[in-house]
Amino acid sequence: MPNHLLEIRDLHKSYGEVEVLKGVDCTMAQGDVISIIGSSGSGKTTMLRCINMLEEFQGGSISIDGEEIGYETVGGQRRRKKEKEIARQRALTGMAFQQFNLFPHMSAARNVMLGLMKVKKLSKDEARSIAEKWLDRVGLRSRADHFPGQLSGGQQQRVAIARAIAMNPRLMLFDEVTSALDPELVNEVLQVIKSLAQDGMSMLLVTHEMRFAYEVSNRVIFMNQGRIGEEGNPREMFHKPKSERLSEFLKTSSFGER
Amino acid sequence: MDIAHFLDILWLARIPILKGLGFTISISLLAICFGTLLGIFVGLALTYGVRPLRWIVRGYTDFIRGTPVLVLVLASYYVLSTIGLDLSPFQAGVLALAVFCSSHVGEIVRGALQAIPKGQTEAAKAIGLTFPQTFAYVLGPQALRQVLPAWVNTAAEMVKASTLLSIIGVAELLLRTQEIISRSFLSLEFYFFAGFLYFIINYAIERFGRYVERKTAIPS
Repeated sequence: MPNHLLEIRDLHKSYGEVEVLKGVDCTMAQGDVISIIGSSGSGKTTMLRCINMLEEFQGGSISIDGEEIGYETVGGQRRRKKEKEIARQRALTGMAFQQFNLFPHMSAARNVMLGLMKVKKLSKDEARSIAEKWLDRVGLRSRADHFPGQLSGGQQQRVAIARAIAMNPRLMLFDEVTSALDPELVNEVLQVIKSLAQDGMSMLLVTHEMRFAYEVSNRVIFMNQGRIGEEGNPREMFHKPKSERLSEFLKTSSFGER
Repeated sequence: MDIAHFLDILWLARIPILKGLGFTISISLLAICFGTLLGIFVGLALTYGVRPLRWIVRGYTDFIRGTPVLVLVLASYYVLSTIGLDLSPFQAGVLALAVFCSSHVGEIVRGALQAIPKGQTEAAKAIGLTFPQTFAYVLGPQALRQVLPAWVNTAAEMVKASTLLSIIGVAELLLRTQEIISRSFLSLEFYFFAGFLYFIINYAIERFGRYVERKTAIPS
């Protein structure tokens, strides 16, 4: 059995009566950078959120490095793992959010240090030096002691990425990280993600930036109505879409405009 | 108004006044401390409790908040003794005020916790924090800042409500003042003086609240 970094099998998720994911299968190898595209409501963000258990899911399985996430089957009964175990598994992935979600009462450095100290149990000094390294990496070393309210949106998002990645996750999840940014701030964030990708970080990105998806990813997944509509390498996907739905979607998206 | 005469009487009555002041301060302090502690649990139960617990606590806060403090004071002194729980007036008074305080603090805490965006909890989860850790480092500190102004208000209300304990014979500042007035007939002077002392206490609480607010303000 090949060892996948991420393996999603027949993932089903509903909100009450509404089925959002209708059986998603997906595998991902170490170092893959996969962009998930699709119109809103197609289930791409939900899928991402299932991977770190921010959403519960009713059917199927997700595993990282062969370890099943969130649920276990005991005596034929599927049940949710213990909170503590789920918390540990969440740290296997890092996540950056559309709304940054920095902790407003902590400086940039403190934001990055919190997980290092409380989850990884590092000393304050160790945590600080790792935080500074990553803030430096996202170009914000000089802003380490600024609070989120003192930073621009793009800077906040870069701190949020540093906070996630400092935990040394196996896989980074990016959930529309540029959607809440002013256009002139989008690029600085994309540059950071790109450089992380070039370092071999495995990533799953939900994005509306088609040009970026095209440039940065080695695979693209097109989600359509809760299923994977089409997937392949970005060249084929963007230039020779097989399905009607994808070519329609690409026409209305920003790809090709720039 | 004869200032010299008033000062004379005031000097003679200094011990009972100071004792009354001491009672007022200790009643308020105890009620605020116990009420706040209990109120934090009430707030947590209202926000994160499982459904049956939430209903019970919701019933408790609604009932207490809808009841006049005076009724609570009388009930905790007279009603509790009928079921064999004999409290001194002081104990009964502190209990009534603490219970009253807890229902208000509970609501304040609930409001503050619910006002924190969901993304904060999600971000904390995403870096692997457990819920107790999330509360201790992310939600709690943010809620504290939200709670402070309303909490200062409640604390000042407690000081004012402590005057109601004079009804059940707790020799706090107001009761002492009334005793002095009944002997000296200087009602204007002594009520005014007592009012001034209450004002000083509440002013100190307010300054303290402002100080903590300033100290914990988030730079932006």
